Amino acid sequence: MQTDPTETRLRGLMLASLDGDAAAYRALLSELGRHLRSYFTRRLTPAFASHAEDLVQETLLAIHVRRMTYDRSRPFTAWLHAVAHHKFVDHVRRQSIRLTVPLEDDAPIFAHDDSADALARRDLDVVLDAIPARTGDLIRRTRIEGASVAEAAAAHGMSETAAKVSIHRGLKSLAARFAGGPK
Amino acid sequence: MTDDLIARLSADLKPVRRTAMPRLLIGALLVSGVVAAIAMLTLLGMRPDMEVATTTMMYWTKFGYTLAMALLGLAATLVLARPDGRARWPWLAAFGLLDVLLVIAVVQLARADDMMPLIMGSSILRALTYIPVFALPVLLAALLALRRMAPANPTLAGFAAGIMAGGTGAWIYAFACAETGMMFLALWYTLAIVIVAALGAVLGRYLLRW
Repeated sequence: MQTDPTETRLRGLMLASLDGDAAAYRALLSELGRHLRSYFTRRLTPAFASHAEDLVQETLLAIHVRRMTYDRSRPFTAWLHAVAHHKFVDHVRRQSIRLTVPLEDDAPIFAHDDSADALARRDLDVVLDAIPARTGDLIRRTRIEGASVAEAAAAHGMSETAAKVSIHRGLKSLAARFAGGPK
Repeated sequence: MTDDLIARLSADLKPVRRTAMPRLLIGALLVSGVVAAIAMLTLLGMRPDMEVATTTMMYWTKFGYTLAMALLGLAATLVLARPDGRARWPWLAAFGLLDVLLVIAVVQLARADDMMPLIMGSSILRALTYIPVFALPVLLAALLALRRMAPANPTLAGFAAGIMAGGTGAWIYAFACAETGMMFLALWYTLAIVIVAALGAVLGRYLLRW
């Protein structure tokens, strides 16, 4: 009969563990931890991805407490899969009973009106076209995108002072043009 | 986090015997069976006509049927206590056994002049009360043992433990029961065992979660 090398290795470790070999047991649990992590991550929906580590720990604990239920004459991976599957189903059942949605996932009801955004962006482009491109870009970076003056200056290879002056002049000329002349 | 857990668990490792699981369950069965037997002797006492009874087929049928149910329940429980356990043959065997008993009971009825005493007996309520009473310690001990195991289906494992407990309770009760009808055994003993099994299923559903 052909057996999978993973099965052979894990079963060997499990049999040694059941006989009390702590080193084999530690190696077994670390390897199982890795297998289980990818097993649960693949099965969990993104909203519950953060539960994968809890499930890994719960499963390792169950393996430890209930290791007497492994029948040494049967495949180890089948037993392991049954334990992990049980923990996964239990998790799904608990979540379906009191389904919790993280607050940030609750946003769609209060969604942004994207059309207003798009209009504002178009207006902004038109306005910033009225001043030199480099000044416009500095203003966009510092005032719209939230970059610091130093970062914006570095992006254009100019000193911080020069950038500040340039931004100031740009805003002044925009104000002059769109705010109905100097007051 | 997980590494801490692994370190703690491997520090806590104790060797596990090959037969740890059957030992635990059979140990629970024997201890609780003794409790149930003492309860039977205190509450009811052995049937007075014991010496004559042991020469009748009815006595041994009761003895065999209930003991076989207890053992089939034990076999099913041992399989269902594992996360990857699937039991089929104990259920089929139990149904087969009941069928054989029903056939024998019908033959006995056909030969009898008066059928009703063989069916209804005179102690239905007594059997339906005491069998669950004697089964109760066995059921609780079995559930306690099962809590350390990993049944894939807690309800079904509880049901199997209930068949084992009901069979044991019925076997113990049989020593105090003077009924002579095979049909009485097939109907009322079986019903009592099924009641215990249903109780086991309900308790298992809640107590055997893991």
